[in-house]
Amino acid sequence: MSVPIILFFVCALLAVVGAVLLILAREPIHSALALVLVMMSLAVLYLLLGAPFVAAVQIIVYAGAIMVLFVFVIMLLNAGVEERTDFSKIAKWAGVPLGFFLLLLIAHFLAHSSIGTAIATGTGAATQAADTRELSTQLFRQYLFPFEATSILILIAILGALVLARKDE
Amino acid sequence: MSAIPISWYLVLSAILFGLGVVAFVFKRNIITIFMSIELMLNAVNLAFVAFARARGALDGLVFVFFVIVVAAAEAAVGLAIVIMLAQHRESLNVERVNLLKL
Amino acid sequence: MGFITQHPVLVVSLVKIAVLLFIVMTALAYLTWLERKVIARIQSRWGPYNVGAHGLLQPLADGLKFLFKEDMTPPTSDRLVYLLAPFLALSLALTAIALIPFGPPSVRVLGQSIFVVSDIDIGLLFLFSITSIGVYGVALAGWSSNSKYPLLGGLRSSAQMISYEVSLTISVVGVLLLAGSLSFNDIIEGQRGYWLHFIPRWHVVPQIVGFLCYLTAAIAETNRIPFDLPEAETELVAGFHTEYSSFKFAMFFMAEYANMITVSCLATILFFGGWLSPFPDSWTWQLFLPGAGLLLLGAYCAYDTVMNMRGIAQIQFAVVTLLAAGGGAISLYPPVAAVIQGPFWFTTKILLILFFYIWMRGTLPRFRYDQLMSFGWKLLLPVSLANLVITAFVIIWPLLRHG
Repeated sequence: MSVPIILFFVCALLAVVGAVLLILAREPIHSALALVLVMMSLAVLYLLLGAPFVAAVQIIVYAGAIMVLFVFVIMLLNAGVEERTDFSKIAKWAGVPLGFFLLLLIAHFLAHSSIGTAIATGTGAATQAADTRELSTQLFRQYLFPFEATSILILIAILGALVLARKDE
Repeated sequence: MSAIPISWYLVLSAILFGLGVVAFVFKRNIITIFMSIELMLNAVNLAFVAFARARGALDGLVFVFFVIVVAAAEAAVGLAIVIMLAQHRESLNVERVNLLKL
Repeated sequence: MGFITQHPVLVVSLVKIAVLLFIVMTALAYLTWLERKVIARIQSRWGPYNVGAHGLLQPLADGLKFLFKEDMTPPTSDRLVYLLAPFLALSLALTAIALIPFGPPSVRVLGQSIFVVSDIDIGLLFLFSITSIGVYGVALAGWSSNSKYPLLGGLRSSAQMISYEVSLTISVVGVLLLAGSLSFNDIIEGQRGYWLHFIPRWHVVPQIVGFLCYLTAAIAETNRIPFDLPEAETELVAGFHTEYSSFKFAMFFMAEYANMITVSCLATILFFGGWLSPFPDSWTWQLFLPGAGLLLLGAYCAYDTVMNMRGIAQIQFAVVTLLAAGGGAISLYPPVAAVIQGPFWFTTKILLILFFYIWMRGTLPRFRYDQLMSFGWKLLLPVSLANLVITAFVIIWPLLRHG
């Protein structure tokens, strides 16, 4: 057992536990914290995959901005314990087994596809700086149009949020 | 250094995505439903990064970027809608939002 | 001995972490002492005076008091989150300091650079990611206490920190464009040299607007006056930590001061050349500056001991005098002087920025909440954005003209 493998299993376990807690928690804040746990462990996995820049962005934007916004809204609305209502019977008896079947199916195909058996090679740490530079070059050359499109998307999102939040006269 | 097969990451990604779907179906609070969508997006991101690693190309990372940007925009608009809903209905339970008007 | 040679990275890292933790904890304690002394001076008071000579043992007394106070947990609180919040706040604040290089990377023991715990390529990004999740400590503390004032404090702080984090990040990007790197060591090395033979090539000169934006946003990020809305005692009792007592309160307190130190370190690295000396290398006498400074301090302490101190305080201050003078004498020894050159300049710059912080606290009143928000979004953000755009244009202009 080398250090990366142990690290992978610890983070994978934390991510799955976080996702399960997200489902089980009754308080919305606890769900939010569980999701932050998932995001943190995913960030460590990104580091293992040799993508430190994406890991940092994941923490800054996802954990540091989006989830803080969620926590803020939960605090603002003073959202209490989630009330349980009757589940649809179909969802209960057919949904869960079908969901797991789908999951197993996906896992099976992933594990046996040609790309799934490839082994991550190369050393991540040595090429970090070059990778970040290369990434930005690609983002601003090859993917310039999608990049500009997302900036318009953000502008629209800001306008949308403003319109929704505006008080009615 | 890293002798971890890419398939492990992909299986983890699939598990997280499945849990996200389960959360989406089972949760009743609109904010937690929203969070389970974020969980699914995260699972997809993990798959993207793993594929980028396997191919030795950076395209996958660029896509992760775009996913994160879209998630941020979605959170801004979505949470504004949630606040509106909460103010008009005085409940966050999605089953009480059963009219096509506010 | 065999273990040390087999695992040099592990051993050196652990020693570095232990030493840094000790230094930072001591610095935190004496930062509170310094703050009380300076504020007292501004308000024509004496400040702490009775515990130890010049109140020098006051931080120790405060620490003991925090440890032995009754530890209360409100029965209606959310236990787990209530306990998690202070730990989160303090551990994140301390983790951030591990990324700061206090001296040049060329000083090495067992092949490891000794002045930084963790030297990574994208240090700045990681520092930002750590500070960006620092909001949780305050927000969760406010929520889990299950009480009015903490909730309001937590709400205010999350809104304030999200708003000012944007300006903080954008004001730093100008420096990043000039430096062309995210690594702290590269950023500092890029500031070596002089303009017109006497102005140091520090980023503060071209990025003065960026620096002012950074300083303002940083004060807001650390919840200090005039932006201390989350704990405004006249409005919210004590804000987010109203329901915290004893050591859990002390953890929030330490986290706040650790954050102050972190943002001062970052300002020093980004805008004031980090551990670089402001004088050219040819002025060799600057090697003896730390020793001479400490000896001067020792001389002043000796004068004070003999003339003003009486009784037990005289003995205590004599110890301080001996420490200062002894440290000064050791620092004059050339090999030692060469090693402590970097940390000396770094510490001096940090102390100046921290002094500015305290000075602000003694001078300015608190903002009103809506003023705070409109200041952040309508003034600070546009100014830092304009600074970024202009910097980018100045950098790209020669390339555009010559193709």
